[in-house]
Amino acid sequence: MRNVLKRLLPINKHGAWLAFVVLTIVLLALPFFTDELFGRGWVRILNFALLYIMLALGLNIVVGYAGLLDLGYIAFFAVGAYCYALLSSPQLGLHLPFWIVLPLGALLACLFGVLLGAPTLRLRGDYLAIVTLGFGEIIRIFLNNLNAPINITNGPQGISMIDPIRFGEFSLGNTHELFGLIFPSVHLHYYLFLFFTLLVIFISLRLEDSRIGRAWMAIREDEVAAKAMGINTRNIKLLAFAMGATFGGLAGGLFAGFQGFVSPESFGLTESITVLCMVVLGGMGNINGVLLGGILLVVLPEALRHGSGPAQQLLFGKTLIDPESLRMLLFGLALITVMLWRPAGLWPSNQRRRELVTENDAAQR
Amino acid sequence: MKTPLKFDINLLELSGVAKRFGGLSALSDISLHIQRGEIYGLIGPNGAGKTTLFNILTGLYQADSGHFTFNNTEYNGRCQPHVLAQAGIARTFQNIRLFANMTALENVMVGRHLRTSSGIWGALTRNARTRIEEHEIVQHARTLLNYVGIDRPHQTLAKNLSYGEQRRLEIARALATDPKLLALDEPAAGMNATETENLKELLLSIRASGITVLLIEHDVKFVLGLCDRVAVLDYGKKIAEDVPEKIRCNPAVITAYLGAEPNIPAYAEIQS
Repeated sequence: MRNVLKRLLPINKHGAWLAFVVLTIVLLALPFFTDELFGRGWVRILNFALLYIMLALGLNIVVGYAGLLDLGYIAFFAVGAYCYALLSSPQLGLHLPFWIVLPLGALLACLFGVLLGAPTLRLRGDYLAIVTLGFGEIIRIFLNNLNAPINITNGPQGISMIDPIRFGEFSLGNTHELFGLIFPSVHLHYYLFLFFTLLVIFISLRLEDSRIGRAWMAIREDEVAAKAMGINTRNIKLLAFAMGATFGGLAGGLFAGFQGFVSPESFGLTESITVLCMVVLGGMGNINGVLLGGILLVVLPEALRHGSGPAQQLLFGKTLIDPESLRMLLFGLALITVMLWRPAGLWPSNQRRRELVTENDAAQR
Repeated sequence: MKTPLKFDINLLELSGVAKRFGGLSALSDISLHIQRGEIYGLIGPNGAGKTTLFNILTGLYQADSGHFTFNNTEYNGRCQPHVLAQAGIARTFQNIRLFANMTALENVMVGRHLRTSSGIWGALTRNARTRIEEHEIVQHARTLLNYVGIDRPHQTLAKNLSYGEQRRLEIARALATDPKLLALDEPAAGMNATETENLKELLLSIRASGITVLLIEHDVKFVLGLCDRVAVLDYGKKIAEDVPEKIRCNPAVITAYLGAEPNIPAYAEIQS
């Protein structure tokens, strides 16, 4: 874990321990602080930020590492979410436990990843983007219309009353008292999501710095040269699709368990674009950047929603523009500004950091 | 007659390889053989089909007909590139195709991909086997970078290397795949006299290490001074294949490069 942190933060050996301790305390205490300072609603936003980070990290494998532009990524999120919703709700009368349904959702998403990947192997750039876009829409429209002749997905109404995430008798849907502290449901979900986010970060880091990761990046840089160097581009690309989709499916399952309700509306093109924005805005191929992008793109719109009303009151004495519409305007403006000023993203892949890490490794060996 | 044993066996033998692009016959009925341990030159005017032949040999193009035997295995000219790379054909490109945003070291490390095997599980657990393999990859890559003479820090991004260094990095990356045949597409293009001289030494040293070299080059002097045997392509046909001394005075080759004696009646009329 310490080594992972060292990869993430440009600090020396002793600093890494300190940073590790501080970061652990901050991450563990975060929901309580947020609850106290901003209210329960913001803990919920934190949870969504974690879900989006998982999604963004998954998409980062496909877009950031392997360079395959995927505009339908949210479909895998939908597959994971609906898998959980169908197998653990009154909809089909199935109530399978969380620890079966979640991996199953991730696995199913992985399968869909290969299913999307296989026919698009020969496509690149714009053409691949269009096909993936279509794939994303197909999944959403299927979910929307699979309520007749046999009602499977309950159509546009979506599936409600999904079982909460439950470990044996311990349900994350209820408030619990542990170690003398009161843990509301939303806090418990935060810790679960945090665990999975850290897991996804860990997997991403390990993959980035491996034979497979190098092959992905080689394909991104020059597919023809990668082929000539003996990389089986078909398998390696499918692997990227499958890994990315697995993370998406995982996040989807967690989302369904947390929300207790899924409907096709949550899986539109806008969501795909938002996740893609996180990856591109933060810095493609750099995990720090993707984390930053994920946090910003969830927190910023909410902050603007809550902040733009009072800010207008303060400046003009009255609310001139409806905060709800103003926030998307400002959000769009922020995106354009960032892309103009930092076309490589807010935190682009840092060569210097990689330089230090590899030199150190070589010295240690 | 007694010839050295290492020249006895052909490493590569092409027979009847042909490739068309629509109405254009890029290669027609090419047959040639390359012996183990030689430096074999492929020359010809622009558009003669040299690079097309390379692309077929490395699986980037599919041949329309014909087949070739490499290292005692027959291939039908419609193989996947990674199969041929696995068999031991490595190449460089005419217009340098490095992984621009990866470091020089990483570029060569990618070349080790097909001689190593750790997968997802190894990457995630980073078990002893994977660590040893990664270590071996890094060491091998560093050795090769030094071998081709890249003195710059190995962490320099490929795109920030000088032109000559990029050319040599491509050779190092190709060598990392442990090739039996190293196919170089115009390695001396754009190099100055010193760089060309260094390249010549590098190629001789590569050959001395037991790797057969196939070379496309426009610099005829360079090719004729370095190669053991040379084939000349013109309009997709092999017009000559011989030792450099004989290629130099082959009338067909001179015609291809300099044009034929004008014997068109109209031309003669103008002259008179």
